[in-house]
Amino acid sequence: MPGNFGRPQALTSNPFHYCPGCSHGIVHRLVAEVIDELGIGGRTVGVASVGCSVFSYNYFNVDMVQASHGRAPAVATGLKRSPAAPVVFTYQGDGDLAAIGTGETIHAAARGENITVIFINNANFGMTGGQMAPTTLPGQVTTTTPEGRNTAESGYPLRVCEMLSTVEGVAFLTRVTVHKPAMVLKARAAVKKAFQVQLAGGGFSLVEVLATCPTNWGQTPVDALRWLEENMIPAYPLGEFRSWEAS
Amino acid sequence: MKQLMKGNEAIGEGAVRAGCRCFFGYPITPQSELPHYLARRLPEAGGVFLQAESELAAINMVYGAAAAGGRVMTSSSGPGISLMQEGISYLAGAELPAVIVNVGRGGPGLGNIAPAQSDYFQAVRGGGHGDYHVPVLAPASVPEIITLMQDAFDLADQYRNPVMVLADGVLGQIMEPVDLGECTFAEAPPKPWATTGNEGRSRNIVNSLYIVPQELETHCLKLSAKYESIAEDHTRWESYETRDADLVVVAYGTSARIAKAAVNAARRRGIRAGLIRPVSLWPFPAGALQGAARHASAFLVVEMSLGQMVEDVRMALSGVRPVHFYGRTGGMLPEAGEILRHLTLLHEGVVSHAGKLWPAASADQ
Amino acid sequence: MEYRVLIAGFGGQGVLSTGELLAVAAMMEDKHVSWMPAYGPEMRGGAANCGVVIADTEIASPVVSEPGALLAMNGPSLDRFGPLVETGGLLIVNSSLTDPPPPNGVTVVGVPAQSLALELGKVQVAANIMLGVLVGYTGMVDLEAVEAALEKVFYKQKKLLPLNQSALRLGFETGLREAGRE
Repeated sequence: MPGNFGRPQALTSNPFHYCPGCSHGIVHRLVAEVIDELGIGGRTVGVASVGCSVFSYNYFNVDMVQASHGRAPAVATGLKRSPAAPVVFTYQGDGDLAAIGTGETIHAAARGENITVIFINNANFGMTGGQMAPTTLPGQVTTTTPEGRNTAESGYPLRVCEMLSTVEGVAFLTRVTVHKPAMVLKARAAVKKAFQVQLAGGGFSLVEVLATCPTNWGQTPVDALRWLEENMIPAYPLGEFRSWEAS
Repeated sequence: MKQLMKGNEAIGEGAVRAGCRCFFGYPITPQSELPHYLARRLPEAGGVFLQAESELAAINMVYGAAAAGGRVMTSSSGPGISLMQEGISYLAGAELPAVIVNVGRGGPGLGNIAPAQSDYFQAVRGGGHGDYHVPVLAPASVPEIITLMQDAFDLADQYRNPVMVLADGVLGQIMEPVDLGECTFAEAPPKPWATTGNEGRSRNIVNSLYIVPQELETHCLKLSAKYESIAEDHTRWESYETRDADLVVVAYGTSARIAKAAVNAARRRGIRAGLIRPVSLWPFPAGALQGAARHASAFLVVEMSLGQMVEDVRMALSGVRPVHFYGRTGGMLPEAGEILRHLTLLHEGVVSHAGKLWPAASADQ
Repeated sequence: MEYRVLIAGFGGQGVLSTGELLAVAAMMEDKHVSWMPAYGPEMRGGAANCGVVIADTEIASPVVSEPGALLAMNGPSLDRFGPLVETGGLLIVNSSLTDPPPPNGVTVVGVPAQSLALELGKVQVAANIMLGVLVGYTGMVDLEAVEAALEKVFYKQKKLLPLNQSALRLGFETGLREAGRE
């Protein structure tokens, strides 16, 4: 709830290990607040992926399953299709979702799998040391593109929302950021909508969150916010790519 | 009432009767009749059949459904099982019960779709990364498939570990009578660890990540104790005509069927031959072989491979008896006549040095 | 007693289902039985074959590498599998499509199954005629068991049941006659 600064029930008391200025903390909180607000904590299972958010199972105070790299949507499918059929969300970074796990992402979407995907796009591999991700911008310096991403050699950024917007099975698809308070509130509404779609049996929902990675970008937290606004938003336009209304 | 059933279908029916309600898989020959069967049978039984986009996805769907407490399986053949190894390692690490069926075909690479046993090492040596074991059950007939599927699910649940059923193209394709009326199977045990939503209890976490080395070592030691317990209680084999056997053939699955015919023929010729058929390939029935070594002068391993189980036989016997090998590979079947010829040679003392290999196309063939 | 039968021909000649008929008939007589097809690319290349083993005791190997009886539905099958028939075995040849070879340590029975099937009204029942010959000649299972098996194996094609029965009986009588057991 806006104005309530206590810890959501859906977060544990474990302190985050995330770097100063990293967006993961905010997004974790948004997901937890929405779980509390919708009253689904007791029947929700989260799927942690591989990357910086691998330890998210330590933070979300719900049943958690840790998945192998890229396979979170497949693991979520198994959970959702099991007799228990819980509310299921995955929490994945851009390396996990858009590099090694592209296939699982697209096919879970194509099946209209009734799960919610929280996708953190920070334009690099954070956990392993700031390497190029599929989402790294042209010219962006990473540890594996030391002269900047050269599109002639390393290709172009993958725009996940735009790509998935062609997939019929997708029910709700939106891109948000959390670099300003007003944007955080919009992001919260998007996360809530995504879970509501699942609760209504609507099908595949995905919220892409543009996120900062000051440590690997080599910037202060404040500079990182500015860099996101000036560089990522033009490359990854915000907005709903597939809208959903309860029928 | 008896009915004639194909091996691949028996795998499916055995699974459903064992309470399996979730199947995730990707098409591959020669196990196709199994998904065909389950695509009809599982929805009938109130279960889920889902064709995944790849074997990688399939094994991870298995991981998810197993985490949620379901009785769940997948099936494939060599190339697909290779792709699943990562997921199998995760299942073992996270201690999730699931059954993986490999209806073996010729390899390496794309190989072919003819029956083979060349995935033995992959099955019994772990296949994926890390310190783990997967119990491997190897049926040799269609009726045995039905009972071993139940055993596989029970074993998986009892020990919270993936279990593999290793068949081959012949077993998948043959039809034999089964009496389904006789099958009465137990319910799966409760799974308080499952991630189904934590209403009314503290939360559960399914995980194989232990970032602190001491903690991972402790976890691996716990797994090790589990494997020792499985080895103690669930090592299985069939002994055939071994009581007085001078020559013991060791073979599993389809090879064992062919070897049995050769043993029968050898007995008719007055050669005291016998057969030990490992039913659990891991844990391996080393004790049965050591017992047979008390009266047997030599062992002959028969496989549809270049000789993989032969290593386990040699380890079990630690050099106390010569271990010979005859195999066909690449999708070829061993010939009963060839096995008989080798037994006859051994009986006549023609081959006396340990470890001589008799590969498929013997020079004198 | 153990019978090892190989049935071979083109895909579409009913080779696999004829083997299944024999296997189901043996099962209904409480015999041990196994049925094993060739599968894979061979199926798509046009050739089809299956081995059926029928025994009073447990069947060791389901692999029929040296058949005691071969039903050769066409020339290529006869060429490929004819030489494998064990000495003293039985070779039944669809003489509408290929000439029976000279008996070389085996009994050879030529049956114009294709022509007979056409006379009955449907070329597809040729394999049933061949099976009838095998059963009549050897008595490895009773005709009644095969007739009962027909209803199980071809349960989706009830309309064709009388035709299949006629084909089976025609073959059976031919088999009895050839064996001198009429």
